[in-house]
Amino acid sequence: MRNRWLSENRTQVSILFVLFVLLLLFIISSPRTFLSGDIYAAFMSTIPFSMIMALSLTLVVICGEMDLSFPSIMGFCGYVFTQVFHATRSVALALLVCVVVGLIAGYLNGLLVVKLRLPSLVVTIGTQFFWAGLTQVLCQGLGKTLVPTKESPLYYLLVGRVLGKIPAQIFWAVAVGFFLWLVLNRHRFGAHIYYTGDNEASARVMGVNVDRVKIIVFTQMGGFAAFAGVLASLEVLYFWPTLGQGYLLKTIAAVFLGGTPVEGGVGTIFGTFIGAIIIGILEAGIIAMGLSGFWTQLVYGLIIVISIAIHSVLRRRVA
Amino acid sequence: MAEPSEVLVKMVNIRKSFGHVEVLRGVDFEVGYNEIVGLLGDNGAGKSTLIKILTGVHQPDSGEIYWKGKKLVNYSVAKARELGIETVFQERALSEQHSLWRNIFMGREITNRWGFIDIRKQREEAERIIREYMGFTSSALSVDAIVGTMSGGEKQGVAIARALHFQADLIILDEPTTGLSLSETQKVLSFVEEIKKKGKSAIFITHNIYHVYPVADRIVILDRGRVVGEFMKAAISLEKLVEKLYLVARTGRLNDEGEVSQKTPTTPHGLESLMP
Repeated sequence: MRNRWLSENRTQVSILFVLFVLLLLFIISSPRTFLSGDIYAAFMSTIPFSMIMALSLTLVVICGEMDLSFPSIMGFCGYVFTQVFHATRSVALALLVCVVVGLIAGYLNGLLVVKLRLPSLVVTIGTQFFWAGLTQVLCQGLGKTLVPTKESPLYYLLVGRVLGKIPAQIFWAVAVGFFLWLVLNRHRFGAHIYYTGDNEASARVMGVNVDRVKIIVFTQMGGFAAFAGVLASLEVLYFWPTLGQGYLLKTIAAVFLGGTPVEGGVGTIFGTFIGAIIIGILEAGIIAMGLSGFWTQLVYGLIIVISIAIHSVLRRRVA
Repeated sequence: MAEPSEVLVKMVNIRKSFGHVEVLRGVDFEVGYNEIVGLLGDNGAGKSTLIKILTGVHQPDSGEIYWKGKKLVNYSVAKARELGIETVFQERALSEQHSLWRNIFMGREITNRWGFIDIRKQREEAERIIREYMGFTSSALSVDAIVGTMSGGEKQGVAIARALHFQADLIILDEPTTGLSLSETQKVLSFVEEIKKKGKSAIFITHNIYHVYPVADRIVILDRGRVVGEFMKAAISLEKLVEKLYLVARTGRLNDEGEVSQKTPTTPHGLESLMP
């Protein structure tokens, strides 16, 4: 059935279409920039950080929840990574500790949401301030170099340049995307995430451990935020105490652009993947087009509103 | 009185209060093997409390429950499922934005040992289930259909088919026809008949006698926490039954002579005089 494929994947097809139209627009308006490989290499170095978090956040949103604390967890975990690295000179150990701390921070979010039956929006506003504040108190506003990490082969594995050109982090982002896609679409746990977001009461009645699902979903969000924090810090070889700032809205926008509705229950990894690319190329594209940076926010807003409107119309036609 | 083992489930002298409100005042209730029991009663009669006790959601203040002759202790929701008691809820417990084949296996996916879903097998099984239990051909209802696009009767059918597939011995239908059109109601009734044909039992909870009468073997009337009437369908006509129900609604009692027929909890079958 040809139509079945199309109707099942209409949101993904439509967001892909938006990406192509944008790319076409950029290529036509500034061919020199958008027909050279350099800009794409630049995209591949910067997009993965928010892409990884957006992919992970997709699970949270599908399950009917929201997380606003991941940028702060990213920042705090970047701090943890830096401290552990300077203390031990081991990138591997620093990465491990950092991701574990991220998982714990995410787990705490999940625990607060599930056990205290608090709305995740409220809980994560709180934890967002907490982790950001903790980072500020601990590092006293001071950054720290990460240049010595270049001595470790892990540095090249994480953010090196494959074939001297392609940033390694894009492979990590793709791998994370594939892993999460596998979980969401092929694994029982992924099905349970969808059921939880679609109708929590139904899922409970049918024996889905809704609380467990939510806690795991928040936990993985923390873990991936930590991982993104490490990648972002290693890329610039410096830990900035402001790490994480500026990621919140762009990451959330990527999820919504990708067709995952805020009510949850449906949504795709592929959609978010494309959504993150669109968000990532917009700024450069707008500036390359000769518009001033002042235009970026306006265009962001337009693209997001238009895309979400398309998704909404498509969904209504299905239901 | 029948030996407990002769019936599938037997609830004896069940009492339950919430605060100062006595919701169940010594109810005896049983369901036989391969029997469809209609549980009738107005809002607040105690139907849903009785069912919640039967499904392990609430613990009774006093009274006993026997399953296939064995007394149940430490009864819980998980235990009820284990025994083969499935509830088809009013809100149907479906995931409306997802496909039929996913819904049938919701919470009980067919997976390999690493938890990955066998999609092909699950779709095939779903196909077989809707054919076998719902009488749909794949052309009439695709397993890829999104549940939210299906009619109310079909949704109810999916929930019943799912329960049958998972070997429920007792299916509790909680107001399965409420809010459905006439033709949709007919569909649901045919699904209920399917339960009977498969040799299983069901409790059909409703306040609409016209829906339950055609499919029930026995009808139990609950009023204000008591069983006020119990009729074998074979022994009473629909017209007569409707009359009785009006009487209950008006007076809270069943006897047209005006005699109070609210029984003491230990004699649940004291209504023989009312049988035509």
